[in-house]
Amino acid sequence: MTEITIPPIDWRVATQLCIIFGWASVLLIIALFVPRSRIRVVGYLAIAGLVVAAGAGIPFWGGSAETFGGMLRLDTYSMMLNWLFLAAAAVVIAYSLNYLPKHGIEHGEYYVLVLFATAGMMLLAQGGDLIVLFLGLELLSLTLYVLTGFAYPRETSEESGMKYLLTGAFAGGFIVFGIALIYGATGSLNLAAIGDTLARAALAAEDRTYLYAGAALIVTGFGYKIAMAPFHMWAPDVYEGAPTPVAAFLSVGSKAAGFAALVRFLVEAMGSQWPVWAPALATLAIATLLLGNIGALIQNNVKRMLAYSSVGHAGYMLLGVLAAGAPGGMAGQRGVEAVLLYLLAYMLTNLGAFGVLIALEQRGELTWDINQFAGLWARRPLLASAMAICLLSLAGVPPTAGFWGKFYVFTAAWQAGFGWLTIIGILTAAIAAFYYVRIVVQMFTAEPSRETPAETDPALRAGLVIAIAGILVLGFMPAPAIDLVQRSVLATVGGQ
Amino acid sequence: MLADYLPILVMLLVALFVAVFVIVLSRYLGPQRPTRRKLMPYESGMEPIGPGQRRFPVKFNLVAMLFILFDIEVIFLFPYALVYKQLGVPGLAAMGVFFVVLVIGMIYEWRRGALEWE
Repeated sequence: MTEITIPPIDWRVATQLCIIFGWASVLLIIALFVPRSRIRVVGYLAIAGLVVAAGAGIPFWGGSAETFGGMLRLDTYSMMLNWLFLAAAAVVIAYSLNYLPKHGIEHGEYYVLVLFATAGMMLLAQGGDLIVLFLGLELLSLTLYVLTGFAYPRETSEESGMKYLLTGAFAGGFIVFGIALIYGATGSLNLAAIGDTLARAALAAEDRTYLYAGAALIVTGFGYKIAMAPFHMWAPDVYEGAPTPVAAFLSVGSKAAGFAALVRFLVEAMGSQWPVWAPALATLAIATLLLGNIGALIQNNVKRMLAYSSVGHAGYMLLGVLAAGAPGGMAGQRGVEAVLLYLLAYMLTNLGAFGVLIALEQRGELTWDINQFAGLWARRPLLASAMAICLLSLAGVPPTAGFWGKFYVFTAAWQAGFGWLTIIGILTAAIAAFYYVRIVVQMFTAEPSRETPAETDPALRAGLVIAIAGILVLGFMPAPAIDLVQRSVLATVGGQ
Repeated sequence: MLADYLPILVMLLVALFVAVFVIVLSRYLGPQRPTRRKLMPYESGMEPIGPGQRRFPVKFNLVAMLFILFDIEVIFLFPYALVYKQLGVPGLAAMGVFFVVLVIGMIYEWRRGALEWE
């Protein structure tokens, strides 16, 4: 009989995760016993849980630790991302509080699923092991499939849920296959250990083939999650059909989590192979920038346009990822900072834009035509200004959050030696400005084609105010946010 | 290294050959005098009732899903039963968490009526 020793667990690392998982489980039970008419209580409780989890992370800020044999990490990088996810989830729930009853789809499970999805994102940010990354990805994806099809029995919602499920499960398969190949090549699943193995000695030719094939498969899988071309085809259809708050959650949370995991994988595990993957990823970044922005150019459906624009934004963030892997410490850290700052700005902005879409959405009316915005300024000046601020921020016009995001990403890419890529980025940003400004022009100058009602409610307004205030504060006073981002370091704690 | 598996491949091919060979042989050598009764689907000598592929309630699907859930629970219990003494209190706590998660799912499906047949 051999004695089995269980290594001590550092609970600090898992505190936020445990709070969200536990609270989601408790809420699942509470939702069963709350009468149907008062189910919104579950939404308030979910927001409370998110706030508590965000607060619980504050004491641990600054340090870095790992537990469960290096499977779970807590560094300032993952902490920063956790806060982003928690904030995004809270805003999305605030958006949903009145959206769900208005569309007759108010179920307690909705809020629970949002919490579980948030936990999945946090796992993706904190995972130090390929299996944990896969676990987080599956948790996130499975909940989002259900949320996408939540507007049952609306056909578009069901359709988009099905499309998302089929393509997403396929992408999940790519990742598992990739993990298997990388394990075969390096003999480890731990990101830090893989990084060590690769940095120490050159692999045999056969193993190198497996390694690159595996890495390509994993990048494909995560590329699907972040809507990177050519794996972006699902995004417009899914965003269009999903309930609008869910589309907002998809566009910010799912993308941010995908980037969190992609950066960790490429920098920590594959950092020494940067000369190999950088050209490939650069090509994909160009394709993403071009396809996303040109695709958005020809859309008349605003929701689809935002979907294509989110593909374009993935391209800008890929520039940051490229810089993050660059050798020589300083450039790499600049890249990580750029990705985080861009994510922060993009999250605030997209949440704001989708919030305005929710205010304009009427039950059963799902055209999303650009004409809906015609003359919005005359009827709802506040809503129109909010949308204008969001669109300008998406376009990267100073002084908004989006400007600083783009500025940082371009600087990081330039410093890492991607001059031509930066130029393509700036050119596509100019293309992007055209289709964003088109809506602004519609809102401020065009005559209202017909009376489009727009309703807001206190919760939606609160979410919108947070998003808009965030965009403006970050735009006018970027110093605190940049300071926070500069402290967010990918910490590799004692790889084996 | 792959050569080690050659006998398995040979075995597979032999099995395939025997099966196909016997069926093809009986098809061509055996006398065939079909009657209506002989061509009927075999249902233990009874007259067949209804079509061969029947529809069945979707509820069975749900039951199958719940079955897999509890099946996995039991699969997880067997290895634990072998080592629970060595694992001690931390192991018990871990299994406790595992069970709480399952019980939450159980309560949920119970309240939502997944266990009611009608």
